[in-house]
Amino acid sequence: MSKVRVLVGTRKGAFILKSDGARRDWSISQPHFPGWELYHLKGSPADPNRIYASQSSSWFGQTMQRSDDGGLTWTAIGNKFLYDGDTGTHQWYDGTAHPWEFKRVWHLEPSLTDPDTVYAGAEDAALFRTDDGGQSWNELSGLRKHGTGPHWQPGAGGMCLHTILLHPTDPRRIVIAISAAGAFRTDDGGLTWKPINRGLRSEYIPDPNAEVGHCVHHIAMHPARPDTLFMQKHWDVMRSDNAGEIWTEVSGNLPTDFGFVIDVHAHQPETVYVVPIKSDSQHFPLDGQLRVFRSRTGGHEWEPLTHGLPQENCYVNVLRDAMAVDRLDECGIYFGTTGGQVYVSPDGGDHWQAIAENLPSVLSVEVQTLP
Amino acid sequence: MTDSATNLRSEESASVASVCIELPAVLRLLAGIVTSDRLTLAVEQPVTLTCVIQAIESAYPALCNTLRDPATGKRRALVRFFACGADISHQPLDAPIPEAIAQGREPLLILGAIAGG
Repeated sequence: MSKVRVLVGTRKGAFILKSDGARRDWSISQPHFPGWELYHLKGSPADPNRIYASQSSSWFGQTMQRSDDGGLTWTAIGNKFLYDGDTGTHQWYDGTAHPWEFKRVWHLEPSLTDPDTVYAGAEDAALFRTDDGGQSWNELSGLRKHGTGPHWQPGAGGMCLHTILLHPTDPRRIVIAISAAGAFRTDDGGLTWKPINRGLRSEYIPDPNAEVGHCVHHIAMHPARPDTLFMQKHWDVMRSDNAGEIWTEVSGNLPTDFGFVIDVHAHQPETVYVVPIKSDSQHFPLDGQLRVFRSRTGGHEWEPLTHGLPQENCYVNVLRDAMAVDRLDECGIYFGTTGGQVYVSPDGGDHWQAIAENLPSVLSVEVQTLP
Repeated sequence: MTDSATNLRSEESASVASVCIELPAVLRLLAGIVTSDRLTLAVEQPVTLTCVIQAIESAYPALCNTLRDPATGKRRALVRFFACGADISHQPLDAPIPEAIAQGREPLLILGAIAGG
């Protein structure tokens, strides 16, 4: 029987939750790296026992960890993230030029085929890659040195590269997203990049249709349809059917189109999930009701999913990397909250149960489907 | 052992100090140090904070870049060094540290600043 392993990154450590394919009974590990911020953990698709983790601290900076036994034991790996060549500047909050400064790794994306190759999305925004299992990291500086770089600016959470999507068959194509610069794509393995933000409209920036400057919160892709991308922007849920060349809004009947997470059902490429959040400053669910919204039509038409989720007095947030899906026959949907809950729906969103209720604030959730 | 080899050993030991260091618990855990609160490391003389950090990173690679930023080489803002009851965090990393530390009579205390509200 298949198993699932859920990798949860929190403000105060990492936790590994395990269950069999029924996903009713769960075990929760002791905290890994207690006291450290674990922005993201992700397993290698090529070797699921190989897991990479981004561990950071305001005191002691960025460290990186690797497990070769499914998270039982960990080894510290290389943590030297140096920008390539001239550091350059980007826009600061007050509009002045500010030098790029490395702060942390937000997102790790292991190669689909090589356990030793991993991409790392950093704050201040840059993309790094290791080809030696994390011993050394090198910047793919064509992104940061893209001509628009000096105009990028941080979002409220910092200028982070938070989304990395690898094309399932073409290793030269990668889509990334940065808050608050927008989405970018390379078709040559990271040498050159182009902004892919046409169709995005952000009323809160000087030119709402600008080439860059959009606060993209997250992008999701179904591997069977890599040209179709779904985006949760600061406001607006968007989709593109041509790998980001042009985007159209699909917010439809959502009660608010602000939110952070977005993901796609493992077997239904037009079934999409978001968690609407009240903004611009409150950042908790509308009316104290935690509701996931599902569209079975690739957007426009959304239905609230509430069974098993708190429907009163709930004021948590769901951060951008805190939703994932498993690949079991009946697709499971998972998300974590800033209140320390992790929820799973083993039936595509119809019914939910809390599988952890009192963790530290959840930063990221990833799921591994194991034989 | 030849005379020249004896002289070489003598010069080597004269250029290395034995320094006692206390690390924060979170870093001891990261490095897998479970035996003692204090480390004694051989540090090149003249003993400076840079030399101490290099000795720590050499002995415990998991601690690389945790005390100073690899891009700037500067002490991380919330890392503090105390020697003989004094905060020496703001002195240049390449300045000599007190003799009592360099001679191993007093420990060098490395702390994470109390911060965070």
